[in-house]
Amino acid sequence: MANSRHAVELKGAALELGGRAIWRDLDLKVDPGEFVAILGPNGSGKTSLLKVLLGLVPLTHGTAKLAGQIPRRGSSNVGYVPQRQSFDTDLPLRGRDLVRLGLDGHTFGFGFGGAEANGIVDDAVEAVGAQEYADAPIGLLSGGEQQRLRIAQALVGDPQVLLCDEPLLSLDLPHQRAVSNLINKRRREAKTAVMFVTHEINPILEYVDRVLYLVGGRWAIGTPDEVLTTEKLTELYGAPVDVIRVRDQIIVVGTGDTGMAVAGAHHSAHDHLSARRK
Amino acid sequence: MSELLLYLSQPFAQHALLAASLVAISCGLIGPFVISRRMAFAVHGTSELAFTGAAAGLLIGGNPIAGALIGSLVVASVIGLLGVREHERDSSIGVILAFGLGLGVLLLSFYRGFATEATNILFGNIFGVSNGQLLALLVIAIGVIAVMTFIYRPLMFASVDPEVALARGVAVRGLGIIFLFVLALTVTAAAQVVGTLLVLSLAITPAAAAQRLSAKPVLVTLLSVLFALIASDGGIMASLVLNTVKPSVLVTSTSFLIYIVARLFGGRVKSRRAEVVSV
Repeated sequence: MANSRHAVELKGAALELGGRAIWRDLDLKVDPGEFVAILGPNGSGKTSLLKVLLGLVPLTHGTAKLAGQIPRRGSSNVGYVPQRQSFDTDLPLRGRDLVRLGLDGHTFGFGFGGAEANGIVDDAVEAVGAQEYADAPIGLLSGGEQQRLRIAQALVGDPQVLLCDEPLLSLDLPHQRAVSNLINKRRREAKTAVMFVTHEINPILEYVDRVLYLVGGRWAIGTPDEVLTTEKLTELYGAPVDVIRVRDQIIVVGTGDTGMAVAGAHHSAHDHLSARRK
Repeated sequence: MSELLLYLSQPFAQHALLAASLVAISCGLIGPFVISRRMAFAVHGTSELAFTGAAAGLLIGGNPIAGALIGSLVVASVIGLLGVREHERDSSIGVILAFGLGLGVLLLSFYRGFATEATNILFGNIFGVSNGQLLALLVIAIGVIAVMTFIYRPLMFASVDPEVALARGVAVRGLGIIFLFVLALTVTAAAQVVGTLLVLSLAITPAAAAQRLSAKPVLVTLLSVLFALIASDGGIMASLVLNTVKPSVLVTSTSFLIYIVARLFGGRVKSRRAEVVSV
């Protein structure tokens, strides 16, 4: 039944954390090579959804499947780009070592030998254009360079699904473009499905096939044109929300005291928090 | 020089060098992980409490090493239970350390034996290593080397990139606890050479020096072992020649000197790398 094989499939999925319902009755099918953006205010369960697909958090109800299998920790079907963390500048780890850990860091043993594995790492580094700085200490690289290597790390095992948690956060515009471009290229060439958690839709708007929008336990899925409308978001939030299109940008206004705006809002409370956390 | 060769033909000096080498290899292996996991304070805490254990061992059975071993393993368990996460860990270590050290002082005040036994715990007594102690150090060192070689890769993954490591199926918490016990054993062994107060000079300084010279993980580990060997064996040989100075002083000085040299020389390496990066 090859036609029933979705990259990601959720049926009647519900998640409760600490007795609080995060989302429920979630149905979702993602095809191989599809690019899905996951949007929503803080605490709406975007990262938790990725954790379910990584096998780190179990669903409360319903079923989840990833590449036809129940999600489990350590699956080679999935690549993961976590929220950005900073590395110490004197950490003895080169960019290529980070990529290498994605290949066999979970196996026991000493050292990082093997010509074959080195070749795979070289290819992954080259695919993201990081050859020039792959031998430099990771802590000395810029955010954009680290993020390229993160993507190489996530893709080095040749996964069928790529899960990204705010990979563009605190990157400048050229790096946002470069990183989104890389991810887009990968899903086109290797048919890797992409689930992309983000606060900002605009940098990836031209690539996104569908948007999953989570708000306070409710959700909507569809193309950006279907979901990112004044009517739809007003219905989701249960409060007046305006969606404005300026040239090819989408700006969402009035998502209220959640401190959150979907798009274009460079100065949302969340961005400030993230900057301070760094 | 001839004086040194004469000493080196004596069993007591040979025992001391063998013991110091075993300790140095263990310390050099764990050093880079102590730094990347930010566990310098855990090393210090464990070794201070090995002192409490040693004081208890001395008082009860006249056996400070067994006491130190039990003390550091108890501390590793308590740290593991109270919190493996960084900020939790630091505060819980601080709490245990302060209480444990006070207890150690109390225990020592009851001790009516030779005062040198007490200072040996604090500052080491490498020339007094008996055959039994040497055997214990050998067993500890082989255990530490075996475990560290086996868990090296996943431990590195869990240390530098815990979130992705967890998603990739690495037992991040389990490895953290195993490492705590490896660290406790190593610290107890190192306390025999440099004493509980100066353990960091073998468990941190060589690794810190190695990090100044390279960013290749395996090379840093090997350099860290090499520097620990030079510091401990070099320090002991120097103290054979200058026989008025305690070996632990010379071990810590040699280790510090290596760090200074690595910093002076390694700064250049790092900045050159940085230039390569920015081009």
